[in-house]
Amino acid sequence: MCLATPGQIISIEGDDALSRRGQVRFGEAVRDACLAFVPEAKEGNYVLVHAGVAIAVLREDAAARALDLLGQIE
Amino acid sequence: MNETKALEIACPLPLNDHRHIKLAHGGGGRMMQQLIEDVFVAAFDNPVLRGGHDGAVLEFPHGRSVLTTDSYVVRPLFFPGGDIGALAVNGTVNDLTMCGAEPLFLTASFILEEGLETEKLWRVVKSMRSAADAAGVSIVTGDTKVVERGHGDGMYINTSGVGRINHDTRVGPKRIAAGDVILVSGDIGRHGMAVMGEREGLAFTTPIESDCMPLWSTVHAMLSAGIDIHCMRDATRGGLCAVLNELARGSSLQFDVDERDIPISESVRGACEVLGLDATHVACEGRFVAIVPRGDEERALYVLKSQNESASMIGRVLDGEPGLVTIRTPIGGRRILDMPAGELLPRIC
Amino acid sequence: MKHVDEYRDPHAAQKLAQAIRKVVTQRWTIMEVCGGQTHAIVRFGIQDLLPDSVELVHGPGCPVCVTPLEMIDKALEIATRDDVIFCSFGDMVRVPGSRADLLGARARGADVRIVYTPLDAVRIAADNRDKQVVFFAVGFETTGPANAMAVHMAKTQGLRNFSALVSQALVPPAIEAIMSAPDTRVQGFLAAGHVCTVMGTHAYAPLAAKYGVPIVVTGFEPLDILQGLYRCVLQLEQRRAQVENQYERAVCEAGNTAAQALLERVFRVVTRKWRGIGEIGESGWALTPEYEAFDAEKRFGLADAEVSEPEICISGLVLQGLKKPADCPAFGKQCAPDHPLGATMVSGEGACAAYYRYRRKRAA
Repeated sequence: MCLATPGQIISIEGDDALSRRGQVRFGEAVRDACLAFVPEAKEGNYVLVHAGVAIAVLREDAAARALDLLGQIE
Repeated sequence: MNETKALEIACPLPLNDHRHIKLAHGGGGRMMQQLIEDVFVAAFDNPVLRGGHDGAVLEFPHGRSVLTTDSYVVRPLFFPGGDIGALAVNGTVNDLTMCGAEPLFLTASFILEEGLETEKLWRVVKSMRSAADAAGVSIVTGDTKVVERGHGDGMYINTSGVGRINHDTRVGPKRIAAGDVILVSGDIGRHGMAVMGEREGLAFTTPIESDCMPLWSTVHAMLSAGIDIHCMRDATRGGLCAVLNELARGSSLQFDVDERDIPISESVRGACEVLGLDATHVACEGRFVAIVPRGDEERALYVLKSQNESASMIGRVLDGEPGLVTIRTPIGGRRILDMPAGELLPRIC
Repeated sequence: MKHVDEYRDPHAAQKLAQAIRKVVTQRWTIMEVCGGQTHAIVRFGIQDLLPDSVELVHGPGCPVCVTPLEMIDKALEIATRDDVIFCSFGDMVRVPGSRADLLGARARGADVRIVYTPLDAVRIAADNRDKQVVFFAVGFETTGPANAMAVHMAKTQGLRNFSALVSQALVPPAIEAIMSAPDTRVQGFLAAGHVCTVMGTHAYAPLAAKYGVPIVVTGFEPLDILQGLYRCVLQLEQRRAQVENQYERAVCEAGNTAAQALLERVFRVVTRKWRGIGEIGESGWALTPEYEAFDAEKRFGLADAEVSEPEICISGLVLQGLKKPADCPAFGKQCAPDHPLGATMVSGEGACAAYYRYRRKRAA
């Protein structure tokens, strides 16, 4: 379920927790997304966006670790 | 050019009277004459059209000629990188081109919806003239009808075109042979994304521009380079995927392409990932698939790349299952690339 | 695209496939619960890379597929009213109810609009105060936050002309239903990464323990899925049944607590019907009393009606992993994406549509 696409936050607006929004870049396509559920997200972070709503900030350390593991498979 | 200068000014119809298209503009009387003279003849201006007959009398070169027709309906009428007018000229020009013909003359018929802003019509007509100039064709005759409000999306355009074939290369699906190489003339999917982006709620902040353009100069360059094009087809609705399937069926051969070699811009790719679309299903309006015999592919690619850097060799024709298109996936798997089913809908799941 | 391209590397995919072949000693049947993963499996040809001994069965994790016929009929009833603008995700509009689908209703004049996000439906409501704007809020836990946000925004903005036709489904009860079926063939699960992104992973440990099945929370890119399968096969071979998290970059144990806070406020857990499967206890969400003024079923006073699926269609068995699409006598004949009988043929990620599109004939 549920197609969620990783994109990079390029700007954030709105102070109120539930009205936080931002511009998110997917490849070279930029779209507005709701950032209410990723209060910790900062500009430059990658978020996972589903149906116009960011549902997670992607953890770069975990991603790097997973790719390391993939590299080690014999 | 004088014409170009004249085209830069605002709509020549007196705006206080004719801000919007009225039913009488299609009624055959004075208002229709004024519309024809002040808008269509002013924009498309050429000696044949100025003749003012019921039809165009053409000085036609010897040789084989090609006749084609197409109707254009698009919502919205204007989209990033083009409009219905540019589409109506380039679409028909490209149909002629895909038959191997040099486009020469077009007709233009307009079905206008009562209430359409005249200024919009003028913008479309100007755009048609620019597109016609760029493609080297003249719009030599036409027609106008007006339908009641609510019975059209602003306007529909039909264009027919004639072109001539002045070379000996026979182009068509029956010439496709096993071993042939499949090329695409540039990155795919821009037009469909440009139009979809303009529809409610699907807009991206960075607009994706349509790939709407005439293809004759590219094809002419290939023919002039002596490339024995076996078949060509432009990718319109249904995108690259539909063209590959049509040609595989038309030739009763199997097509095998590599997904990694299909050129897709990062903006189209990102938008497709977000909306859950397959970029090979998304419409183009200025891209074509060329199928050339083995041995010609490097030269063909060289010519294509000189016109559009993103042109690419994407696969081969196989003596396999007739009509089947297979695609190698980025991870080295293989699947069937089937005809797209129905309307392209963004998905969330 | 970062966080995408790295997980589509052909060499790593071959190596993972090789690693799976190395550890597997017998036949295993693994269900990927999520339709998004089914889609990726067919789109990337992942099955081609796997040994025959690893059989994938496609689970019920497609919200479009499991939305009951009755709900689609209700959607049609609402959408065809003159005063209604009906908004839906694109994948839902082609799904047939007992008589028609939303695209057909649109062709006959209904104002049906396709939106990418539920928040656009709220905007449409704000721009069209003289109309009732109804959003078809289908989804699993992943879509819950977006749907909840739409309802919450409508309430905050006082948009009395907005309502939601809610058809939210929950994954853990579906896994439980599949495992408790006496004839189940499923020996291991790839759990849906994006559901866990929102809800966390704690619901799965009791299921793994109770039924002795390994559950690997898995992402959606080809390498994610191959790695999820590798870890699942490894557990099966080692006779372990634990919850593992392959998708750590997007999933933590607690899930998204900010989203959960709004979900708890907007939704309450209810028993619901799953298309093709039937009723599953505590497997869905409905609006809480605080938000029930935005419930489209209540607003339009719709009654429940009993309707039945086409008899020949086996989509329910396909959804539970008991049958493969090609086992269906109607597959590719009476039933195809252009004229679907069951929901698994309609949705792009429905198992039947996926099979039809990509695997109808074995690629030469």
